[in-house]
Amino acid sequence: MSRARDFADLAGSANAGGLTGRNLIINGAMKVAQRGTSFANPSDDTYTLDRIHVFNGNDGATTITQDTTVPSGEGFYNSIKFDCTTLDGTIAAGQYLSFNQRIEGLNNAVLGYGASGAKSIVVSFYAKSNLTGKFCYAVRNSATNRAYIKEFSLTSANTWERISFTIPGDTSGTWLTTNGIGAIHGISLSMGSTYHGTANQWNTSNVVATSNQVNFLSSTDNEFFLTGWQVEVGQTATPFEHEDIGTTLRKCQRYFCTWNTGWTGVSAGISYQQSSSVSLPVKMNHTPDLVRTGGTTSTRYPSSNFGTFHANSDGFSSFNASASTGGNESWQATGTADSEI
Amino acid sequence: MNITNAQYQSLKTDDVVVEAKHNIVAIINGVKTFVPIDPASRSYAEIMRQVAAGDLTIETAD
Repeated sequence: MSRARDFADLAGSANAGGLTGRNLIINGAMKVAQRGTSFANPSDDTYTLDRIHVFNGNDGATTITQDTTVPSGEGFYNSIKFDCTTLDGTIAAGQYLSFNQRIEGLNNAVLGYGASGAKSIVVSFYAKSNLTGKFCYAVRNSATNRAYIKEFSLTSANTWERISFTIPGDTSGTWLTTNGIGAIHGISLSMGSTYHGTANQWNTSNVVATSNQVNFLSSTDNEFFLTGWQVEVGQTATPFEHEDIGTTLRKCQRYFCTWNTGWTGVSAGISYQQSSSVSLPVKMNHTPDLVRTGGTTSTRYPSSNFGTFHANSDGFSSFNASASTGGNESWQATGTADSEI
Repeated sequence: MNITNAQYQSLKTDDVVVEAKHNIVAIINGVKTFVPIDPASRSYAEIMRQVAAGDLTIETAD
């Protein structure tokens, strides 16, 4: 792509929504991995790299990792890799393997879905696989009764290809503009016939692929890489919007973050009390699930304990009291806060 | 989502329970998780779905 073409496309993007902050996908360059960098056949309906959700219901097995295989010269240093480790040669009707990003309604609202004037979007990403053929991309609403399927092809084995296509705005259906799920963008790797629909139109049922979808689980030789995932308003794909790591991390932390704090316990005569409070790095999507993952422990404060906690989307505090008495103690505690949608 | 051992935590003020269902503690996919009483929480929504289906019971707070 020429520099003049880049500027022309960016000008078009500016008219559509802005030069920066135009990507509705968070962590499209797969840089942030707060939960870890390797997930061996993760549970169905779970999260892997930040903001990357997986539907994994099949008889095979897939390991998902943050990888350093990237398209050359495009400024990326991470991709997400899917590696089939147990094959499932025949995908049953109700089986599936896909990865998704659920865009918050407050962000998706810019598209004006569900009303006249709904805006078109351009989807673009870089993908590579030894498996050539047709894959499917889908956009659905939270009720999964509006679904647009777009087929795309990988034509050269083991070669990075930049895929881009336009999806027209949906003038019908209910699309949340709250902190709930505004839209679900997903890429199918294997998909049973229950979820097959018609490409290039808005379907009115929970469908995400066509019958042309390849079966990624057909061989343990199969690998699939993706990075540079971008969804923007308009008709023309622009260059991927690279962000500094701090910006992307902060965006991710609205949905998942780690925390580290100290707990102090004091003897109060007839009881033993400990308390602590944690301010989360950004206001989260909603009051998070909390897990204590590590830190120091004692008999009064075992590794998984929180006591009674009080939480909201800004932070949480914990209080614990026991009947036993003792000297003063302090502990470190680490954990996670999860408010994914 | 594999959920077991769900139990409410109460909130006490001056040793008196002022909120019997302040939050839920459960083992979710093998991990002890503190779940807010918030319909926006995926975990809370799934817990209540399993309760409605008769697949899970939430114990009262100690």
